Amino acid sequence: MTFKIGVVTFPGSLDERDAQRAIRIAGAEAVELWHGDHDLKGVDAIVLPGGFSYGDYLRAGAIAAVSPIMSEVIAAANKGMPVLGICNGFQMLVEAHLLPGGLIRNAHQQFIRRDQALTVENASTAWTNEFAAGEEIIIPLKNGDGGYIADAETLKRVEGEGLVAFRYAGINPNGSLDDIAGLTNERGNVVGLMPHPEHAVEAGFGPDTSEAMRSGIDGLRFFSSALRALAAV
Amino acid sequence: MPKIVVDVMPKAELLDPQGKAVTGALSRLGKSGISEVRIGKRFELTVDGPVTDELRADVQEIAESILSNSVIEDVVNIDFDAADGTSAS
Repeated sequence: MTFKIGVVTFPGSLDERDAQRAIRIAGAEAVELWHGDHDLKGVDAIVLPGGFSYGDYLRAGAIAAVSPIMSEVIAAANKGMPVLGICNGFQMLVEAHLLPGGLIRNAHQQFIRRDQALTVENASTAWTNEFAAGEEIIIPLKNGDGGYIADAETLKRVEGEGLVAFRYAGINPNGSLDDIAGLTNERGNVVGLMPHPEHAVEAGFGPDTSEAMRSGIDGLRFFSSALRALAAV
Repeated sequence: MPKIVVDVMPKAELLDPQGKAVTGALSRLGKSGISEVRIGKRFELTVDGPVTDELRADVQEIAESILSNSVIEDVVNIDFDAADGTSAS
């Protein structure tokens, strides 16, 4: 059977089409979802895409986190549905308290766009099971508010319970505590990260690799991981 | 119209990149004697009716759950009497 993965469009979303494309390349059906609806259209998993929902007003992701569709996303996530938040989507997940901590302006104030090396820390989530723990991958990073912070107690819990999904490798681009680039919840169905897997799914359009320019497709395994997780249910 | 003012600041122990940038600019301008700048937010809420206890509780809840994110910010002040005619200036 073909699994359906929904991608929510918010006012100011940018990367929903790339996310839909990544889902199709991975072999699933991409379903468009709308921020103002309460309808998840029967999808099996959800992607909250990158962008600048509501112009990052108030705090990045804060207004989107209280939009109508998010009450359905939160309910589905709490029942175990795989949910991936990319960049602005990660910001929404922390604002919705589905993931712990918060994201603030990059330490050096600048918007950063680079192909970013990450270390996979937790390879047993719904979105990372096709990676190996400790594996290094490269996917694009592009954001202004990517500094991950949490109080000491939360950070200790996040580290102690293995909730760090990805860490920046080689360089910490934005001052994130403990080099944290992405997190999972305890159950492993909700994952959020600042870098963009959906921009590294097709040779010719991904990051450079040692083999060939723009040939990096490390992002594809996020989506194939979700399909594997869904097939295993 | 009654007005309620909510002040939100980034948590003291966390890095405030904006404030740090302004601190650096002041230092470059030779404004000595200012060792740190931190930047917060001020929300002005205009309300329709009198500021009742119920409304106060409502605003307190809004301030803590929506206007601020307790992970990264603190509500440092809520002024429920900001608009008794004197704050028009």
